[in-house]
Amino acid sequence: MTEPKSKISRRNFFKAGTIIVGGVAVASAFTPFDSFLFASEPPKGKGKWYGIGIDINKCIGCGKCANACKLENNVPMDPFYFRSWVEQYTIKKDGTIKVESPNGGIDGFTQSIPDDEIFKSFFVPKMCNHCAKSPCTQVCPVGATFETPEGIVLVDDNYCIGCRYCVQACPYGCRFINPEKGTAEKCTLCIHRLEKGMQPACFEICPTEARIFGDLNDPESKINDFLKNHTTMVIKPHLNTGSKLFYNALTSEVR
Amino acid sequence: MEHHLQNLYEVLSKVDGYVYPNEIELNWSILIVLYPYITGLVAGAFILASLERIFKLRVLKPTYGIALLTALSFMLVATMPLISHLGKPMRAYEIMITPHLSSAMAIFGFVYLWYLMVVLLLEIWFDYRRDMVVWANETTGFKRFLYRLLSLYTTDISPKAVALDNKLGYIVTVIGVPSAFLLHGYVGFIFGSIKANPWWSTVLMPVIFLFSAIVSGIALVMLVYIVLTRIRKLSVDMACLDTIARYLFYILIMDFVLEGLDQIHRIYEAEESFEVLHNLVFGRLFFTLFIMQGLLGTIVPLLTLGILQFYKPKEQIRKVIYVVVPLLILMGIFFMRWNVVIGGQLFSKSFYGYTSFKIGLIGTEGYLMAAVWLIVPFLILSFLLWLLPPWKKKEEEESETLVA
Repeated sequence: MTEPKSKISRRNFFKAGTIIVGGVAVASAFTPFDSFLFASEPPKGKGKWYGIGIDINKCIGCGKCANACKLENNVPMDPFYFRSWVEQYTIKKDGTIKVESPNGGIDGFTQSIPDDEIFKSFFVPKMCNHCAKSPCTQVCPVGATFETPEGIVLVDDNYCIGCRYCVQACPYGCRFINPEKGTAEKCTLCIHRLEKGMQPACFEICPTEARIFGDLNDPESKINDFLKNHTTMVIKPHLNTGSKLFYNALTSEVR
Repeated sequence: MEHHLQNLYEVLSKVDGYVYPNEIELNWSILIVLYPYITGLVAGAFILASLERIFKLRVLKPTYGIALLTALSFMLVATMPLISHLGKPMRAYEIMITPHLSSAMAIFGFVYLWYLMVVLLLEIWFDYRRDMVVWANETTGFKRFLYRLLSLYTTDISPKAVALDNKLGYIVTVIGVPSAFLLHGYVGFIFGSIKANPWWSTVLMPVIFLFSAIVSGIALVMLVYIVLTRIRKLSVDMACLDTIARYLFYILIMDFVLEGLDQIHRIYEAEESFEVLHNLVFGRLFFTLFIMQGLLGTIVPLLTLGILQFYKPKEQIRKVIYVVVPLLILMGIFFMRWNVVIGGQLFSKSFYGYTSFKIGLIGTEGYLMAAVWLIVPFLILSFLLWLLPPWKKKEEEESETLVA
């Protein structure tokens, strides 16, 4: 007795197989090209879409925000690792600009320039801009950095390989490599607090309420009120990172 | 850890002007300087080999096999500085199995594998298959086993089979040239696509990387060839060296013009970052950029090779030139990578100041480790030359005429 011969000959089997496998391979070769469009596509936030406002006129340079951030998020205390810090800008009468941020402003500031030489001076709190088209997310080779649907840029430190490409790609200097973990670290907008209905640590501690945040998609939110009533600007707008950190009274010296 | 922090405190005391606090630490150090340097040598060596094969430049024949094996030796090491630099080296495989496709770096694994597996290994295999079969019959013991294994237990060395080897090898070379361009152009894109960094962010970066790669690869093969001939106590083929030197000259001109164009463009446009970059190149980068890369690594070789195109000194002098010039070029291109990678991190993205770079002798990021990654390829090359000596290959004239 012989087995009945299959109607599918070996030749046809390979032919069909090749067409299917080849077709899938060709089709999948085209989809990755979407990846080129990362920064050229508009941001996609639909539900909650967090934005941040900082009022430079209100900041007194106490540095409590930088300190609170370190304590809340267990950031190494050495002066090379900051998720949040404060810069002091002093513009002298001769036009020169001096920027300082000793220990990120945690210990407060002293003015090293004599009063009669100063044209103006102000403080600029810095933190992650939670960009909608964030360059750090774009360059992460494994996708350990990602943007949440609410527009918060996070790092999965169980996944990060510590290549440091994101640190290079952030135009605002907001990332560092945690020296103990060997992975990238940055501001999370205290998402662990947000989930409990609390404010991020740096917002809560600010004595002058220079920082506010809220849902940009909610017309009644505090952030939209802030944007409506102030002349706001983002840092380095020409880089088109989709920054969602808006400053009131931002001047061209601030970079 | 303690040592790392101590280093950072020392760097902190040397900060000039203002840098963001997170910028005090230099993130990519000497290992990332080596990465484009080594891949550049690979691409360059391969392109020199291809010149012989595709354009049938018979005069370059003595360097063909050496160039291919040199490319392979360096290719095998190319990923090592990258992986050892990672904060989490054990997770390196993630870049292959879950690549984030919008990242230029994520494509590295694929470009690398394509180039290593499809181009280099295949080309070398087709080129050596017949010889490996022959050598397997001539040797005994482990070496015989190795040849058998490497030839994948093929035995057919009939003229027809060898002609097919040659034909397929030729096709691989033809695919290989754009692949070599892709490999190194891609490495340039990793830097050129970082819009946050004005020292890196230029559309010319991939092209500059490519041409500097070809220059360095050719220089390396020239040196390896001369040293090897010396070790084998033979005399060098001057016609071959003269021709290589001529190509080296042409490509060095292109490299120089492209880099010059980049700088002219920066100076003429003088964008927001101009002042900080101007002070960078005349300050912390002066020695490595103007002296090592510019004067010794580019101008001197360019003039020397240029003069040789019009005036041919005695063979003895030319021999010396063909050792000194490649050495200068190899050093110059190393500093070119240095100036890009390290230079791009010495100034703050606030454009208000500069940090500095401190490197130790020991440690995974020290000079010694870097030296290891530069020496290992030569050990691999020695092994490959012992196993697959290009000079012991049988003449292929008859089989190649069959292809034609």
